Amino acid sequence: MKSTVLKLKLLLSVALLSSGCAHLQSHQSVYDKIGGQTAINAIADAFIDQIEFDREIFPYFAESNVDRFREKFSEHLCASTGGPCKYTGDDMVRVHTGMNITESHFNRTVDLLVAAMKKAGLNYRQQNLVLRELAPMRGDMLYK
Amino acid sequence: MKTCLARALLSLCLLAQAAWAGDGKLLATAGLSQLEGTGGGGLAPWATLSGYDSRDEWSLSAFSSAVKVDDYKLHAWGVSASIYDRVEVSVAQQTFDLSSFGGEIRQNVVGLKARLWGDVVYSDWPQIALGIQHKTLLEKDIAAALGAGDADAGTDVYLAATKVHLGAIHGYNLVWNLAVRASRANQLGLLGYGGDRKNSYSALVEGSVGVLLTRSLAVGLEYRQKPDNLGAAKEDHWRDVFVTYIPNKDVSFTLAWVDLGKIADGIASDGDQRGMYLSIAGALW
Repeated sequence: MKSTVLKLKLLLSVALLSSGCAHLQSHQSVYDKIGGQTAINAIADAFIDQIEFDREIFPYFAESNVDRFREKFSEHLCASTGGPCKYTGDDMVRVHTGMNITESHFNRTVDLLVAAMKKAGLNYRQQNLVLRELAPMRGDMLYK
Repeated sequence: MKTCLARALLSLCLLAQAAWAGDGKLLATAGLSQLEGTGGGGLAPWATLSGYDSRDEWSLSAFSSAVKVDDYKLHAWGVSASIYDRVEVSVAQQTFDLSSFGGEIRQNVVGLKARLWGDVVYSDWPQIALGIQHKTLLEKDIAAALGAGDADAGTDVYLAATKVHLGAIHGYNLVWNLAVRASRANQLGLLGYGGDRKNSYSALVEGSVGVLLTRSLAVGLEYRQKPDNLGAAKEDHWRDVFVTYIPNKDVSFTLAWVDLGKIADGIASDGDQRGMYLSIAGALW
């Protein structure tokens, strides 16, 4: 019993230590880690491509102005990854209100974003860091 | 072992070919199916449900797992339905082959799990689920002979917490699970429930930690605390080191090295039981 508790403590402290280290190193912003504005623009372009060819997700964007979406999405991505931008669009709740986005469509769109990041040249770790910054916004987007 | 694995492979390849799935979850967030048929790791139940369904969908999954250690083989297979990412119903059968001693013991497990709170990826706190596993022993003689308090049936109850931390370890995703189980089951229940040393429920801790090295490859450790109810057959805690390959949302493959400690040592086996674990899980719908 004693050794079990010890092992679990060890397991937990390894997990906590490792995540702690990751935080210590994060003085460089995710924006910088993924390659700055060039990467952001490439992700935005690839994301729009992905959406245009997705039969389930495209209807949500059918009436959107593509140029405005590209501009605001880039700004938003830049600002949320710690880049030198100010997001000038509407807040996430307002943008998504009336769209009634389901959980499965949300997750499908995340898959499209992952594909877009891959196309923009981000590696798996860089993709995870971007997703970590965006994940807390999910509540503002679902079923509004 | 060969026929066991071949059977496992064949049945699941057939299943995987006809695969459809509610695929509303992110890849690798559905978890696997553990030895008792519940959505989880290999040994421990997780708070995640077995399929890729989101709250608008349902899914049906199947798994087949084989464990080969020094003096025993265990084959487990089963199906589970996951409904609106809220409730999971599972049925599984285990066949425990006493290779050195001779004979086999089968046990059926019916499971029910409810997600109480949270989302394994998106909520700040872990996803929490409560579940039960009702176990029925088909071959009771060995359990009775070893002095089990009950050789017919037993019920486990568990509470599990699971969380994925995106990019937590130098950009890699970290997943952990911690479960507390109330159980009387000796060696999963294959040797009955309760015994002469202890006949009441024990609170047992089960933990898993894993890292996703790529979007489809995970490695990790598992630990499962066990009761020690039988005077005649000392029982040890279980642990494993695993690698899981999840090429897509329809199928996953897990290979693990397991250490099951002593199982009826000196009666049906000799020394610590260590060996390999192979599991294939697939989405039916």
